[in-house]
Parts: sequence; C-alpha cells; structure tokens
Amino acid sequence: MADQLGKKRQVKDAVRENLREYIVTYVFLALSVLFVILSGRTLQDIFSQLMGRLTRNLFIVLSLIIPIIAGMGINFAITIGAMAAQVGLMLAINWDLQGFTGLLAAAGITLPLAAFFGFLIGSLLNKMKGQETIGSLILGYFANGAYQLLFLFIFGKVIPLSSKVTIVGASGVANTLNLMGGGLYMALDKIWQVPFDVCLYVVSGVILAASITLFLLKKMSRKRFIILASVSVIFSALVAFVPAVGTMVGTTTVPIFVFLLVGLLCLFNVVIMRTRLGQKFRAVGQSRTVANAAGINVNRVRVIAIMISTVLAGWGQIIFIQNLGTLQTYSAHEMVGLYAGASILVGGASLNRATNTQAIVGTLLFHLLFVVSQDAGKTLFGNANVGEFFRVFVAYGVIAVALVMHTWRANMARAKKSTLQA
Amino acid sequence: MSLEYILEMNGITKQYGESAVLKDVTLKVRPGEIHALLGENGAGKSTLMNILFGMPVIHLTGGFKGDVLVAGEPANIASPQVAMEKGIGMVHQEFMLIPGFTVTENIKLNREISQPNLVSRILGHELESLDHAAMAADARNALDNVGVKIPEDTLVSALPVGYMQFVEIAREIDKTGVKLLVFDEPTAVLTESEADQLISVMRSIAGSGIAIIFITHRLGEVMKAADTVTVLRDGRLVDRKAISDTTLMELAGMMIGRGGEGIIAPPPRREPLSGRAALHVRDLRVEMPGEMVRGIDLDVLEGEILGIGGLAGQGKVGLPNGVMGLYPTAGEAELFGEKLPLNNPEASLRHGMSMVSEDRRGVGLLLDESIEDNICFNAMQIKGQFLAGPGVFKLKSTRQIREYARKMIKELDIRCTSPAQPVGTLSGGNQQKVCIARALALEPSFLFVSEPTRGIDIGAKALVLDTLVRLNREQGLTIVMVSSELSELRSICDRVVIVAEGKVADILNPDSPDEHFGLAMSGLKAREVAQA
Repeated sequence: MADQLGKKRQVKDAVRENLREYIVTYVFLALSVLFVILSGRTLQDIFSQLMGRLTRNLFIVLSLIIPIIAGMGINFAITIGAMAAQVGLMLAINWDLQGFTGLLAAAGITLPLAAFFGFLIGSLLNKMKGQETIGSLILGYFANGAYQLLFLFIFGKVIPLSSKVTIVGASGVANTLNLMGGGLYMALDKIWQVPFDVCLYVVSGVILAASITLFLLKKMSRKRFIILASVSVIFSALVAFVPAVGTMVGTTTVPIFVFLLVGLLCLFNVVIMRTRLGQKFRAVGQSRTVANAAGINVNRVRVIAIMISTVLAGWGQIIFIQNLGTLQTYSAHEMVGLYAGASILVGGASLNRATNTQAIVGTLLFHLLFVVSQDAGKTLFGNANVGEFFRVFVAYGVIAVALVMHTWRANMARAKKSTLQA
Repeated sequence: MSLEYILEMNGITKQYGESAVLKDVTLKVRPGEIHALLGENGAGKSTLMNILFGMPVIHLTGGFKGDVLVAGEPANIASPQVAMEKGIGMVHQEFMLIPGFTVTENIKLNREISQPNLVSRILGHELESLDHAAMAADARNALDNVGVKIPEDTLVSALPVGYMQFVEIAREIDKTGVKLLVFDEPTAVLTESEADQLISVMRSIAGSGIAIIFITHRLGEVMKAADTVTVLRDGRLVDRKAISDTTLMELAGMMIGRGGEGIIAPPPRREPLSGRAALHVRDLRVEMPGEMVRGIDLDVLEGEILGIGGLAGQGKVGLPNGVMGLYPTAGEAELFGEKLPLNNPEASLRHGMSMVSEDRRGVGLLLDESIEDNICFNAMQIKGQFLAGPGVFKLKSTRQIREYARKMIKELDIRCTSPAQPVGTLSGGNQQKVCIARALALEPSFLFVSEPTRGIDIGAKALVLDTLVRLNREQGLTIVMVSSELSELRSICDRVVIVAEGKVADILNPDSPDEHFGLAMSGLKAREVAQA
C-alpha cells in the first residue's frame, strides 16, 4: 500500500517536473490550437504552409544546438553565418551559376567565410564568458552595419560585379535578387519531391521494421519499442483511414533531399557528442573550471563550437533562400537569429540544454503560430497587422522568459545548496 | 634497488617580492608512506605545493631556490603538465568533477580512450569515436583499486558527497605511473565516518607503493593516518618526525609556536566585568563564501574585549559579517537583551552596533572621498547627524563635519594633510584609523573589529590596538576583535574564541598554553584530548 502511494507520488512529481520544464512549450501548444481555430483557415492550407516553413527553417534551428551544449547559450550570431551565405548566393548569381551547381558553389563560398567569422565571434565571446547570449545578439546587429558597407560600397565599387546583381546608375548590390532566373529557386527542393502520405508510409515502415529488428536483437528497451511502433502505425493509419486527415495532408509534398540534409544534421549533432571533441563540448558546457583542470583548452573548444554553428547556419540560410526564391539583400538575415533562437526555446530547450527533438518540436510550434497569427489577429481585432505585431512580440517574449528562467533556476540551485537551512 | 625517497625538496627558498614565504625548507617523502604536512595559514604549505606542481604563479614571480628530486633524479618541474608526467597527482579540496557526467566520464575526462573512424582519419584525432566499453573497464579497475563499490555508470550528481572524493582519487590513480599523490585538505567536507573510510583508502593506496602527501589541519587525523609529519611555521621548517615519536600535544605546540612577546601591554581593568551578556547568538549560520559559519552559540559579555581566532576559511570572519547583516544569515541574536533582526544592516547599525570591516578598501571606505566625508557618512545616513536646515530640507553641515573630523584626527592620530584629503592617498595604517573613526562616529555601544592590523606595519599595529584598548577601558565599549594573528588576540583580549569548521572549537584564556590554541584550531578541545 505504502509502496503504491510512493509510486503515485513519484508519478505526480514527475508530472510536475515535466510541467515546470516545458511550461513554455505547453503554453505555445495551447496558443497555437486556439489560433488555428480563430484563423478560420483550412487545415490543408495550414499544413502545406507549415511544411514549407519547416523546409526553410529546420536546418538553421538545428545549428544552434552545439553552442548550447558547449555552455555558450543561444548563438544569435548565426545571423553572421547567414550574411556569409548571402555573399555566397550573391556571387553565385553574379557568376551566373545554374541550379544545383550554383547552390553548391554558394555553400562552398560560405564555408571558409562563415568559419572565419565564427572564429572571430568565438574569440570575442571568450572575452565575455557568461554573457554570450546577449553578446552574440549585439554582435549580430553590429555585423549588420559592416554587411551594409560591404554590399553598398565595396561590392560594385571596389570589387566589380555584373549587371545581374546591380542596378545601372545606382551603387552597390541590388535590393532584391531573383533566384528564378538562374534556376537556383528550389534547386534543392526539386531534386526529389514525394507526396506527404507516401513519404509517411515509407518512413513509418522503415521505423517499424528497424524497431522490430532492434527489439528482437535486444538492443532496444520494451518501452521505446512500444512507443516507436505505435506512433508509426497510428500516424499511418490516421492518414490512410481518416478522411479528414487524409485531406489535410493531401496536396502537400515533401522535398526529400532537404529533409535528408536535416536528418544528416540531426545525426551529426548526436554523433559528434560521441567523439573526443563532443566530450569536450559537454565538459566545457558543464564546468569550465573542471574542464580546464583536466587540461582541456576551454577557449579553443568554445571557438570550435561557434565556428561549426556559424557554418551550419550559413548553409541553413542557403536552404532558406532557395526555397523562398528571392533574396532581400539587405534584410534577409535580420531575423534569422531571433526566430531560430525563439524556436528552439519554444521546443523546451534552455540556455544550457538542447536536443534535436526540442529543436524540431519548437520549430513546428513557433512556425505554426506564424502561419495562423495574421488571420487570427484579423478575426480577433479586425486587423491583420495585429497578428504581425503579435508574432514579433512572441519571439522576443519567449527569449526574455528563457533568460529570466535561466537566472531563476540558477538561483534555485544555489538556494538548494545553501547551508542556512539546518 | 629501492629508493629511499620518492620526493626530495631540499633547501627550498621562495620570495614574493621582498617578503620570503619559504626559508630553507626541506621535505622528504618515502615511497609508500603517508606524509602529513602541517602548518597554520601562511606557514608556506600551499607555496611549497605550488612549487612541486610547477604552477605558473611560481615562475611568474621569479622562481625559487633549492632543488627538487623525484625518484632520486633532479627534476625541473616547469609546469603542471610536467608534474603530471613525472607521476605527481593532486586530489583537490574543491571537487574537480562534472556533475552531469558519469563516474567513468569523469575519471577519463580529457584522457578518453577512442578509436579512429572514417571522418577522424581525414579531420584528425579529435573526431575519433569514444570507446565507452574500454573506458568503463579502466574506470572499474581504478575504483576497485580505491576499494569502493560505486557503479561506474552512475552520474556524479547522484553520488553522496563523500563518494565524490573517491572518484577524484580513482581518476588520479588511473593516470599511468602515479608515484605521489597530494591530498589537499581532503577531509574538510566529509562526515566523520566518510573521513575514516577515506583514511583507510589512503592506507591501501600507500600500501600499493604510492606515496601520499596529506595536507590537513586536523591533528587527530594526522595521528591516525600518517607515518611521518613535517611541520612548517612562518615559512620555516619546524621539525620532521615519525608519528610514533610524537604526540598530539607536541604537534599542536609545534604548529603554533611561541606567540612572541605581547605587542602591547594593556592596563588592567579598574573594575571587574558585570557578567551580563551584551551579544547573545544561538545557532548562527552565515553564508559568506569561503568563511561559512555553521552554527555558532556565543555570549559576548558587556565591557569585554573578546577575541575570535582560527585558521582562514574556518568561519571566524563570517561571524561579524553575519551579525552585521552583510551576508545571508540564519539563527537568533540578541543585543543587550533586545532581539536583533538579522539580514538587515540598517537595523544592526541602529541597534548601536558598528563594524570595522576586514575589507577596508572594498567595504570600509569610499577611497575617492575625503577623510571627513568617510568618517561622517554612516552617522549622517543612519543617525541624521551632521545635518542642518529647516524641516525636511536638511543639507549636510560642512562645519559640523569638519569639526568632528578634526577631533577624530587628533584623537586617533591620523596622519594627513587636511580633513579634505582623499582617503585613497593615505597609508594602510591611517586608512584603518579612518575606518575606526567612522565606526565610532555612530557612537556605538558594541564594536566589531575584523582583521584590524592586516596589511599595516608594526608601529601602526600597536597604535590601532592601543586605540581599541583605550576605547574599551575609557568608554566601556564592548569589542569583538577578529584576527588571524593569535599574538595580538592574546595581548589585548579578555577571552579568545577559536572557530574551526564554522563552529566554536574552544574558548580560551589569553594565557592558556600554546598547545591548547593549536588543538582548538584543528577543532579539538584540550580538556577532551587530555581525558582521552
């Protein structure tokens, strides 16, 4: 009897702990459902838009994970990685490189540029340990000025460019660059597109087969097996046999290649943590003092984390722009850090802990709210602009809440250790 | 052939600038022995260990004289890395463990076993995959050698504090070729039974041929664990003895030494103390980083000068800071029979308490302000003195302030050009006097003085102490003086409280034997030791 009571309490504690940990996520979930209803849009419409936004944004959000694990908070300076990518894209258009090759060239240019910027960012953040999140945010703003100088003056005047990216009679790079002409538009998306339902069946089948094999080989716990197997069966069944769900996903297609890249990045985030370098990321993230005492070069590890993150974010921006089809030369990078940071926080990540799942769930919820907030604003206040303001408000709000929670938790941990309570 | 000494440090002399912190010190450690290193704060223990580990601080300050032999060969230990390669390991007092890592991961931190993979062949060693199985096996082996049964895959955060130490030890042992392990105050955070277990682990490590240097201030543990002991005092070697040839009392005496002559000879009291309690504290706990108070019961008598002594970090400085409300505090306190609210500096000041802080440049003084403003600042804020003007429109009265400052400058003999001179330009001793003047401007009935003679020269010291005695004898001011210098406590105090590990270890008369002070500093009571 007592044992049962104990178990009950345990469950209760676990639920409470989970609630505290993921409160932001749950609030967001509730808000999203409410907004979906208010917006009055068809699920089919919302779903296909959401798929597009996931395609665009997942890669960038996932690039935030390594610095978080290395104890550097949210690397808002990924904005600078995005700027590097835009240099690459602009040059690819300038040289008239076509399709996939063009994007590959842009990615190639991004790599050394973003790595170099990442090195500089990391070195600077090493001088402001403990304030990396805010520091990287300000760095992003600062870099914006340098970026404008580069694109308005140096490109065109100092480094000659073709008429493909400039406007005759004006200085600097054109305001808007079109990716349609060179076939860069959706060059990755178009490689292989599959209807969502087919894709779901295949993925579910693979997961089911894999989990059965692993379970039979005793390499997977029973609990995990049951969860994975039932999730894959239920989702497939829903799409196949429930007409409403079937219609919802009906017209949506999945750009397989992009999602393969996203999957690779998820895998990378996991696998790197199982290497010597990954062990260093984790050690430095949890205690710089101890890591240092063990002979780890803390500063170097932190710089590497930021370099990787900046390069990945750059590549993420290429995926983003190719899906969009136009490059707003002077503003496309502005919100990258802010929205990605807000996304991962919505997924339940904190300034010192983040996983792939949190990044994916967060991106899903954050962008779901994005899709429906304008229409919901219209229904509520008769003005679509209100929805627009609301999502900016939410993005900053989520980040502010995360910063406050971080400090609050640190204080709680300190109070727990206090010797004042006998 | 077997070596006589695994480590020899001969004729070590080290100077920081002008002052010598080590003078011709010798330390010799045999293989497989537990060698205790004993001494007060400032005796030179940490400097000696810094030299042994080749810490940068030694080389940046001009190196040292003397030679170091490891395993009979001259060793030039230029960096901690070299020390590690020579087989010298350290078990820290503060745990150097990562809570979110498993025991294995901590033991193998930055010495992971890894295997090359496709990527690492191109991009280098750093990207090799970890071989968790091999790492776990190594960790298990090291834990077995230490003799503890904790599973190697538990998270360190889930371990009881006592076990964390064993993980540290296992990590040092796992490093190949360890010959000498330094334990720095390893029992400070352990319970008694955990400390006993640690000592038996140390014995079994020593039994396997690894020498141990055991730094501690707990004399009882030295007697229990060590084979040999080296005692340092004021940077000099006092003696090196086999434990079998010495006693607890003798060690306590050696650690403290003769207190020297009293710095000043205070005049006797004209009338005996009333015996009433001025300050009464019960179960006082103060969270002052590095000076934790863990439950002090104490009565300070009206009109006495009470001394508080003890080693650094044991909590003696925490007491005045806690009562004055400068650090988070819990417990009960009464001042002259009235309940004193804690964690409220203003209330403490209003109740008639005043404090001369040990951190005079940080807490005590506004360095850029003038002497007179520093003296009168608190009195102005707390008591509304030195103000003039009608109603609520009160302005500070320069005339009153100047007058009072002149009076104090004369009384305390503060050497300055004028009351308007910025305090930052005064010498340490004169700054200290300004601090005292400021405390007195509140017309306190109870005065805390914390480390009043730190960093000031001998002449000024005597003057400061004289001032305190005069205030006590002439105005009947109750004074609690905290000091690291036992000799000055013993020269002016009526009673001396020794604080060890955040608690009152013993209350002694100034003329108690040196041994009793030595025992108290390591947390033992002379009476109890004599009975045992």
